[in-house]
Amino acid sequence: MSDYNLSLFYLLIYSTTVVILVAGMIILSYLLGGRHREPATGEPYESGILSTGSARLRFSAQFYVIAMFFVIFDLETVFLVSWAISVRETGWGGFAVILVFLAFLLSVLVYEWRIGAFDYAVSGREILKSIRKAKGI
Amino acid sequence: MTVMGLVVIAGVLAAVISCAAFLVWFERRLLAFFQERYGPNRVGPFGVFQVVADIIKLFFKEDWVPPFSDRAVFVIAPVFVVASVLMSFAVISFAPGICAADLDVGLLFFLAMSSLGVYSIVLGGWASNNKYSLLGALRGAAQMITYEVFMGISLMGVVIMADSFNLKKIVEAQEHLWFCVPQFLGFAIFFIAGVAEARRIPFDLPEAESELVAGYHSEFSSMKFGMFFLGEYLGVTLISSLIVVFFFGGWLGPAFLPPIAWFLIKTFFFIIVFILMRGSLPRPRYDQLMGYGWKVLLPLALLNLFVTGAVVLVWQN
Repeated sequence: MSDYNLSLFYLLIYSTTVVILVAGMIILSYLLGGRHREPATGEPYESGILSTGSARLRFSAQFYVIAMFFVIFDLETVFLVSWAISVRETGWGGFAVILVFLAFLLSVLVYEWRIGAFDYAVSGREILKSIRKAKGI
Repeated sequence: MTVMGLVVIAGVLAAVISCAAFLVWFERRLLAFFQERYGPNRVGPFGVFQVVADIIKLFFKEDWVPPFSDRAVFVIAPVFVVASVLMSFAVISFAPGICAADLDVGLLFFLAMSSLGVYSIVLGGWASNNKYSLLGALRGAAQMITYEVFMGISLMGVVIMADSFNLKKIVEAQEHLWFCVPQFLGFAIFFIAGVAEARRIPFDLPEAESELVAGYHSEFSSMKFGMFFLGEYLGVTLISSLIVVFFFGGWLGPAFLPPIAWFLIKTFFFIIVFILMRGSLPRPRYDQLMGYGWKVLLPLALLNLFVTGAVVLVWQN
């Protein structure tokens, strides 16, 4: 077996061992653990307050925006990775290309910054400003 | 050859898991020391067997799968959290010849596995069908994908200098100068991102106990809870050992100690730094945490990559 295949083979053994180990722990605790049933056993724990409604809530769209940014910037990492490993071969030509790429990327970052996509909460200063405006101070 | 490989695999797994278990006790003792308390000191000498007692207790607790939860996913999530971290240890070179699977794409493999870690949080929080868990999971997912973006970029400086993704070759490239000197910015960014990936204080907002009970793992009991706990300490060990491999010369050191000893000493130093941070830093606000990542660390990581590439090219000519 070649060196490359050998290390893949070791990785396979390693991952199998990990899965067996972790599954074993879960199964063991299932077998060893006690069982009991009381009136409140089957209720979600929400700080001792009776749960109202489902936990399938609507949440802030901000989280969705972050996921989109992640897609943009993590895809970019793929190109940066392939450049990083070949810096010496591609030389200054490759450097110039990646510079153009980075410029595009930074303009995206600046744009997102300017439209306030990174401001996760309303800033206190903005609130004070609008109050002052309303009162005409 | 094969037998040796199997011994290494078994040794790595045993060492890593017992190290993580030991850390549970070690952290409590050290935190107590910082706060002028005793900490757990009853079970065995200095309380070292506290961990054993805890593990036995966890195994005998009720393994409760909530009737309102998404059952299959609820069981899989804790398996994911431990397995994804443990898999990363496969590619780490602890000393010459001590490496479970010496992959050429070691660094990318680690990044891929740390991305998988996000799933455990999201699946666990969503499957619990508990409002606190859901909020914790959302925060956790947003935080981890944010910090993951520039965790990868901060390591590219190291890749440029070592010209390889292989962790063994990266260590060997540091023979003359540890990368923490030319790549200090990369080191700082990787360290911060690592703390966020391991969900440790000050970046433990997904499970901020003062507001979200225990965040994404509120509903987990028995060893399933233990898995999340173990995953956290494995994460601390992983990030510490990777910092050592990428920036502090891995096993390299003066010859009066064996290479593996140097690796352990350096790793333990960073683990202690992690614990010291837990003992001394407050949590930031959530919007500060996210803003800091996107507005400060991401541009800095790109700058570091760009400058490293330019310097290496100038050096070469």
